[in-house]
Amino acid sequence: MINTKDILETIDMLTSENLDVRTVTMGINLLDCIDPDPDKACQKIYDKITTKAAHLVEEVDRIATEYGIPIINKRISVTPIAMLLGAVPDADPVQYAKTLDAAAKKVGVNFIGGFGALVHKGFSAGDERLIRSIPQALAQTDIVCSSVNIGSTKSGLNMDAVRLMGQVVRDTAEATKDNMCLGAAKLVVFCNAPEDNPFMAGAFHGVGEPDCVIHVGVSGPGAVRAALAKLPKDAPLDQVAELIKRTAFKITRLGQLVANLASEALGVPAGIIDLSLAPTPAVGDSVANILEEIGLESCGCCGTTACLAMLNDAVKKGGVMASNHVGGLSGAFIPVSEDDGMIKAATCGSLTLEKLEAMTAVCSVGIDMVVIPGDTTAEVISALIADEAAIGMVNSKTTAVRVIPAIGHEAGDVLDFGGLLGYAPIMPISKYAPDVFIHRGGRVPAPMQALKN
Amino acid sequence: MKAVITVMGKDCVGVIAKISNLCSQMNINIEDVTQSIMQDMFCMIMLVNLSKCSVSQEEVREAFAQAGQELKMQVTFTRQEVFSAMHEI
Repeated sequence: MINTKDILETIDMLTSENLDVRTVTMGINLLDCIDPDPDKACQKIYDKITTKAAHLVEEVDRIATEYGIPIINKRISVTPIAMLLGAVPDADPVQYAKTLDAAAKKVGVNFIGGFGALVHKGFSAGDERLIRSIPQALAQTDIVCSSVNIGSTKSGLNMDAVRLMGQVVRDTAEATKDNMCLGAAKLVVFCNAPEDNPFMAGAFHGVGEPDCVIHVGVSGPGAVRAALAKLPKDAPLDQVAELIKRTAFKITRLGQLVANLASEALGVPAGIIDLSLAPTPAVGDSVANILEEIGLESCGCCGTTACLAMLNDAVKKGGVMASNHVGGLSGAFIPVSEDDGMIKAATCGSLTLEKLEAMTAVCSVGIDMVVIPGDTTAEVISALIADEAAIGMVNSKTTAVRVIPAIGHEAGDVLDFGGLLGYAPIMPISKYAPDVFIHRGGRVPAPMQALKN
Repeated sequence: MKAVITVMGKDCVGVIAKISNLCSQMNINIEDVTQSIMQDMFCMIMLVNLSKCSVSQEEVREAFAQAGQELKMQVTFTRQEVFSAMHEI
């Protein structure tokens, strides 16, 4: 029999430390649904999604029950819808969003991602139309998520798209202001967006992917924090990193097991494992708490970036050996409203937007689920996007911005989105105007790092 | 097809009897048991074989969950593959 200590450790992780597989996401290519008639295109989209993902929820739930592994979310990512719009110059993109919403609800998943566009070098037919429709698309649907890639290390930053996205983020919040500005929580602006990301709101199915594929996103900040809590407070950082690696290995192996089982059950190839520490608002299931366990009084204080860099690296080192194929975002997530420790740090003032920006240089993704004052201008949001994108572009990593302008709310108020999206206080943001910079438009040329050949 | 049943909580009379009786009712064969009691806290780990199990996996899970409630103890039922994946290279 397996070692008693190992069995009890796993049971503890699963029952009291919130270890779970965060998401099983089915990627579906929709390029074969292109049609010059929007009604026919939408019918094809609906049919393809409801056929390919017909048994996704049922099979994943069966695996969870049979194996005793909590699997929290079942989701779908699709080809960026802007690619389907080029052939239909008169179509209303919102119709496509509603189709995605209906198909996703029919198969029972809790989010569908891919209502987006890849415009890192420029707009092609359909891209700008889709981007301008995002506020209404997210307001008129419930579970559709949107992402737009505005830059990459290889191509530089499309500043026309950056300017546009600042306005779109604001308009999306305005369009959903009666519902906690929730639309903006379903919209991500990326630099170096991965094509195989299983996590929302930024998941989409890249064109280099197979027709249909299963990606798995693991989680487990609670298990890492609990492991670190058992380490003496004077243990050197080598031991801290080693323990994180070991725990990440175990967590990721669980994800790989689920990926193999789901792939076999659904007859769909297994794609990647996203080696992530994805927090939830549940007490203890927090990346901020891990940093505090390493030895910070409160997340956001000096030392946070260093601790996070070590954590992020150790998670990858532990996870990479545990999985066949690594991809997606892979790293520690720092979504403020979804992380109990981050919420507390933001509320007490130890975590500021500027510190978060620094943290994004060394971990997964970027300024994520941050609520900013409702009177923040579109130009300021664009400039925040540009700053984040520049970090991603220069460091050859994915960065993103998912901010929620709290329309009609003042600093000190709290927005409560409920569920996994959590709640967050409004964080102050610089009010000095970057307008002239943003209105210049054009492109920021690709950095020297792009010239690797 | 094997699974690990763990039972943890405050010790009381008939814990092993209840769990093994359930196994017998569902035609689940017990292959290994380890058990310890420390300061009134009972901890049992049971390796079982489900290949001849007469009911669905869902019913098995429900039966053990209910047993846990009746015993006021934490009863978990997890497939062996989970532990192998996490602890064996």
